[in-house]
Amino acid sequence: MTDQEILCVFTQILRDLLLDDSIVLSMETRRQDVPNWDSFNYINFMVAVEIKFGVKFKVADIESFENVGAIVAETKALLR
Amino acid sequence: MSWLPAAPDFRVDLGAALESPNPTDRFERLAFLAQHRLGYLETLQLDRALCRQTLEPGFGFTEVRLAILASSTVNQLSPAIRVGGLRRRLMIDVHIGAYGQYRQDLFDPHSSLHLFAPQFVLFSMTAQDTIAGIPPTATSAEVDETIDRSIRELRSLWQKARENFNATIIQQTFLDIAEPLFGSYDRLVPGAPTQVITQLNDQLSKTAAQDSVLLLDVARASQRHGIDTWFDVGSWLHGKLEIAPEAAIFYGDMLARVVAAQRGLSKKCLVFDLDNTLWGGVIGDDGLEGVVLGQGNAAGEAHLALQRYAKQLKERGVILAVCSKNDPAIAEPAFNDHPEMLLKWSDISAFVANWNDKAENLKDIAARLNIGLDSLVFVDDNPVERARIRQSLPMVAVPELPVDVAHYVRCIADAGYFEAVAFTSEDRRRTEQYAANTERQSLFQSSGSLDDFLRNLQMSVAFGPFAGPDLVRVTQLFNKTNQFNTTTRRYSAEEVAQFAAEEQTVTLQFRLLDKYGDNGLVSAMILRPDPEQVETFEIDNWVMSCRVFGRQLEFEAMNIAVEQARRRGGKALRADYIPTPKNGVISELYSSLGFSTLNDTTPRGGGTCWFLDLTKYSTRSTHISRSGEAK
Repeated sequence: MTDQEILCVFTQILRDLLLDDSIVLSMETRRQDVPNWDSFNYINFMVAVEIKFGVKFKVADIESFENVGAIVAETKALLR
Repeated sequence: MSWLPAAPDFRVDLGAALESPNPTDRFERLAFLAQHRLGYLETLQLDRALCRQTLEPGFGFTEVRLAILASSTVNQLSPAIRVGGLRRRLMIDVHIGAYGQYRQDLFDPHSSLHLFAPQFVLFSMTAQDTIAGIPPTATSAEVDETIDRSIRELRSLWQKARENFNATIIQQTFLDIAEPLFGSYDRLVPGAPTQVITQLNDQLSKTAAQDSVLLLDVARASQRHGIDTWFDVGSWLHGKLEIAPEAAIFYGDMLARVVAAQRGLSKKCLVFDLDNTLWGGVIGDDGLEGVVLGQGNAAGEAHLALQRYAKQLKERGVILAVCSKNDPAIAEPAFNDHPEMLLKWSDISAFVANWNDKAENLKDIAARLNIGLDSLVFVDDNPVERARIRQSLPMVAVPELPVDVAHYVRCIADAGYFEAVAFTSEDRRRTEQYAANTERQSLFQSSGSLDDFLRNLQMSVAFGPFAGPDLVRVTQLFNKTNQFNTTTRRYSAEEVAQFAAEEQTVTLQFRLLDKYGDNGLVSAMILRPDPEQVETFEIDNWVMSCRVFGRQLEFEAMNIAVEQARRRGGKALRADYIPTPKNGVISELYSSLGFSTLNDTTPRGGGTCWFLDLTKYSTRSTHISRSGEAK
C-alpha cells in the first residue's frame, strides 16, 4: 500500500468517526488541526486503524506520533 | 454479534437518517440501524449521530439514567452502552465520574452523581487491588480474610448507593487478567492470583444473591470471546482501561440486556419454524420417517440439541411456539409420533401451521398468547422469511442463523434474548399455566355465555400486602407488565420493599385461583395517602398480568382496594392513567370502575387523572370469591 492509499483510508476513518465529511488529512496534519479530534477520539481512531489494517501499534508509539504522516509510516512498517 | 444481520449500506443509511427532517423518524431510523451487526467504528458513528439529537426521542423509547462507578477508565464503554440501549429502545444516559473518584462521589451529597440521580448504579472494579495484597505464600485463611474484606467493602458501597438513590445495583464480575504463576498447578494454590480471582467471583456471586444485586458477568464473557479480546495490556498501560475498546460492543450489549430485563423488555416467547429448523428435511415431502433428527447423524443431533436448548428455556419460563408453512395434519402429529422428538406437543403453547404469510401468523401467535409482538423471537433457517419478518415486523427479533445447523444453539444463546433479573415460581410454572389456559379456553367454548364461563371457572382471589417471599415476583410484575399498567412507573426491588415497609402505604398483591389451578401472583397495586388531602388515597401504580384479562379480577381488586382505603379512613381514591404505546387496552379501565375524570389535573408524565368518591361506591358483584384476606 502506498502512503497515499493509507492516508485515504485514514481520512475516511476519521470522517466516519467524527461524522464530518469536510475533514481532509495530509501527512503533516496534527491532531489539534482537526476540530473535535480530542484525546478520546484519538484512541478511538488508533483502535479503528488497528482493526482496519490488522496491526497493533507499540504502546510507546501511540503516545509519541507527531503527525498523521508518522502514523502512516508506522502502519506501513507494521504491514511489511 | 453474529446474530444480528449485516448492515451493507451503513454509511448511506446513517446519512439518510441524519438528513430526515422529522425528529421521530430520525430516532426510528437510528434504532433500526442499531438492530444490525455493527463493528467498532460503526458503533461509535451511530452513537455520535444519536448524541447529536437534541429533541426528545418520543413515544416508545424509555429513558434510563445509569451511573458507572469504576476503579479503572470506562469512558470507552459509553458509546456501545448507548447503542446497546437504542437496540432495545432504551435511551441510556450514562454518567461517569472523574477517574478514581467513585467513593467520594458516592458519599458527597453535592457531587454530580447525586445531581444525576441514577436509576441504575453499575460498579466496575478491577481485581488488581485485591490480588496485589495477597502473596503466593498466603494461606487459605489469609486469602479468605482478604477476600472477605474486599466483599465487605463492596457491600458497603452497594448499601450506600441504595440509600442514596434507591437504584438498581449492578456489579461487574472480576475479569481474570492474571498470568499463570505455577501453570496448571495454580488451581491448587490458594494464593495464586488466578485462584484468588476465581474465589473472589464465587464469593461475589453468593453475596450478590443475598443482597439482590444483579451481576454483569464479564468474567464469563471473556471466557467466551477469549481474554485477549477483553483485556488489552496496551490499553491498560496507556490509559488504565480494564475493558479493551474492542470489547466495548459486547460489554454495551450485555449491560443493555440487564437494564432492559429489569425494565421488562426481555423477550418472552421463542417461535420456531419446523422444516430444517426443529428437524432436518421437509416433513411434507420426506414424511415422518424421512426427517433428519436424533442420534446417529451429526445434523440430526444438531437439530436435537436445538430442541434440548428450547426445552431448557421452556423450563425456565420461556414460552415456546411454532410458526411453519406446513400441512397441520402432517406437522402436528410429528410432535408425539416421532420417537426422537424431544419437544412434545404439550411444550408448545401456540402452534400455527398453514400456508399463510408468516408475519400474519406471528401476529396471531402474539394475540393468542396475549403478549406483544416485541416479546417474540422468530427462529427460521430461511433467509427470505427472516428478511420478510424484519421488514414487516421490525419489533420481532429474528436471529441471523448461521448456515450450519450445528451452530444454531450458540447463535440463539449469544443473542441473550431472554436475559433475566429474577427466577420466580411463576417462571418455573409458566408453561403449566399456559396449558391450563388451553383447558380454560375449551371451557369457554362449551359455556353458553361469558357469565356461565366465569361462574364455571370457580375463581377465588387470595390477597394481602406485599409479603417477603413474593417481593421478587411483585417487582417483576411492576417491571415486566406493559399492557395492564396504569402509570408504567417502574420500581426497583429496593423501592418495592420500601413501599411494603411504609406505615401509611397500602400495598396489595393478588393471586387468582380457579378450578384448573393457581394462576399465580398476577396483580399488584400501591395505594398512598395524598399528602395534601389525608382522606384521599392515590393509586401510584396498578399492574395485572395479561394472562388473566377478562376474568373480572380488576373489579374484585377494586372492591378490595376500596375496603382497604375505607378501613384507613379513606373517603376517595385518585388514580392516573398515563398512556403508552402498549397500555391502550386499559384506557377505559377507570371509567368502567366508576371513576370520573378530573379535567383540571394532568398527572406527571401526561395522561388523565381519575377520581372515585368512596362514600358513593357500591361493591361490584363478581364471580370471584375470597380465599384469603390479610389483616
